[in-house]
This record gives sequence, structure tokens and C-alpha cells, in this order.
Amino acid sequence: MAKSSRSKWLLLGTVALVVLPLLLVEGKFAGSDDQATAAITHAKPGYQPWFSPIWEPPSGEVESLLFALQAAIGAGVIGYVIGKRQGLAARDDAEH
Amino acid sequence: MHIMEGYLPAKHCLAWYSVSAPFFAGGVWRIRKILAERPQARMNLAAAGAFAFVLSALKMPSVTGSCSHPTGTGFGAVVFGPAVMAVLGAMVLLFQALLLAHGGLTTLGANLFSMAIVGPWVSYGLWKLGQRLGLSVAVSMFLAAALGDLATYITTSIQLALAYPDPVGGFMTAAIKFGGIFALTQVPLAIAEGMLTVVVMDALAGKVADIRKVSILAGETR
Repeated sequence: MAKSSRSKWLLLGTVALVVLPLLLVEGKFAGSDDQATAAITHAKPGYQPWFSPIWEPPSGEVESLLFALQAAIGAGVIGYVIGKRQGLAARDDAEH
Repeated sequence: MHIMEGYLPAKHCLAWYSVSAPFFAGGVWRIRKILAERPQARMNLAAAGAFAFVLSALKMPSVTGSCSHPTGTGFGAVVFGPAVMAVLGAMVLLFQALLLAHGGLTTLGANLFSMAIVGPWVSYGLWKLGQRLGLSVAVSMFLAAALGDLATYITTSIQLALAYPDPVGGFMTAAIKFGGIFALTQVPLAIAEGMLTVVVMDALAGKVADIRKVSILAGETR
């Protein structure tokens, strides 16, 4: 199987894995860490965390901005490395 | 997801910090060695860290009706060995603890152990096993990344069960309860991570035979 078609199918599969739960499962899709917090409070009623985050994003908007920033930085670096490699490969081809 | 700030007893925090510290030191040593011996690998090392950065920012819906995110640590563990991920994973965890109030500084040692140590070592072990059993490169990479991801969340469940055993059923009941929250949610996400890891391997390695990809990415061969 050609490599590009392998990637295509794998990416399609990933999209399906993300979309299908949204379509087929009824749920609030809250974070699993919130559920864990609830489970802890259930096991130890009245539990208070003994340390709080030093800084918290002031709103959901700022939080999603920072999550997007994190993804963008990572994707940017990966894209740069892929581009750089292709540029080097093209130069090698031109030399030979 | 990572264990939240302030949600592990101080003794547990200290214990997990001391377990994780030697792995972190080993990772620093290993990265310096890689950079000294094969400087051409530094771009792919950055890409391996970046992959963990992207994937742990992507909160995805799952079959349990809740959301969680993959870890992205299996790729770097297979290519550069599991040790380096302790350092790259620490960067991701620090970013999320300081800027997103996701995870925490007190729980950093515990989260480092699950995401940047157990996950990568499981991935690396499964990669070696897959290669020894004669599985194809893509299948080995997929299994390594997917099951390493899952191992991280099983570890998180065990860490929480150790801190919060069930009043009646004790540790095991609690482990199953937290496993139901974290590990079950993680199953489709782990599969997604396995598939994305193969995509990223193909994209970064370029048009070469599968069998040569990992050593080329590691900078061991050209």
C-alpha cells in the first residue's frame, strides 16, 4: 500500500473515532478529571484540595486560547521539521 | 487526564517525585548524549516533543460520554528510547500545570511517572517485542503508541486508588472505579493515538522503506 494512502485511511479512522461518540453516545462530554474529582469527593466527603493552582485561566475562552496555542506550537514545530526534511531531500536529489 | 492540583496527599506527592526524579535525570543525560553523538537528530527530537505537545492539547470525546486527551509520548519513546520522554513529557506537564491549571505542581511527580515514564517504557517494550515477533513496523508502532497511552491512564487510576481506597472494597474497588473513569474513556483515544503516530512517522521519515524509518528518524542512519 502506498504510504500516502495509508496516512489517508489512518486519518479518516481517527476522525471517525472522534465523531462517532458524539453522534452515538449521549453524554455531557465533560473532562474525565472532573469525574475523578467527583469520585474522590464521593470516597472522602468534604475533601478539600490542599493546594490550588498558582494561576488559572480567568475564563473558558482564555483557557481554550491557551490549549489552541499549545496545539499550534506543537503542530508548527512538526510542520517545520517535515518541510525542512523535504527541502533537504530535494537539494540532495538536485546534487546527484 | 492528569491528577489535579492538590488532589494527592503530600506524602504521595513526595513519593512520586522521588520515584520520577532519577528517570528525569537519566533523560537529561540521554538527551545530551544523543545531541552530542548525532546532532542531526535534534530536529526529530524536537518533533517528538512537539508531537506530545499537540496530542496532549487535544481533548477528544469518547465512548463513555466524557472527554480526555492522548499523550503522544509513544513516538519519541520508540525512536529515541523511553528515557528522553521523561524530560520532554515534563515540559508538556509544566506548560499545562502553569498556564492551564491542568494537572499541577504538587502532582507533577505523579503525572510525570504515569505519562512520561510508564507510558514511554511500555511503548518501548512493546515496540521491541513487536519487532522480535516479526510484526510489521506500522503495526508495532501502532501497538506501542496505543498501549503506552492506555498504560499511562491505568497508572493514573492506580495512583488515585492508592490515595483514595474505597471505604468498603479498598484498593481494588477504587482502582476499578478510577479505571472506569480514566482507562475506559481512553480506549478509543489510545487507538486514535496509535494511528496518528504511524501517520507522523510516515510524514517525518519521508519516502523510505518502513523498516529503515525508525533508525533514520533517530539519526542513526541516513
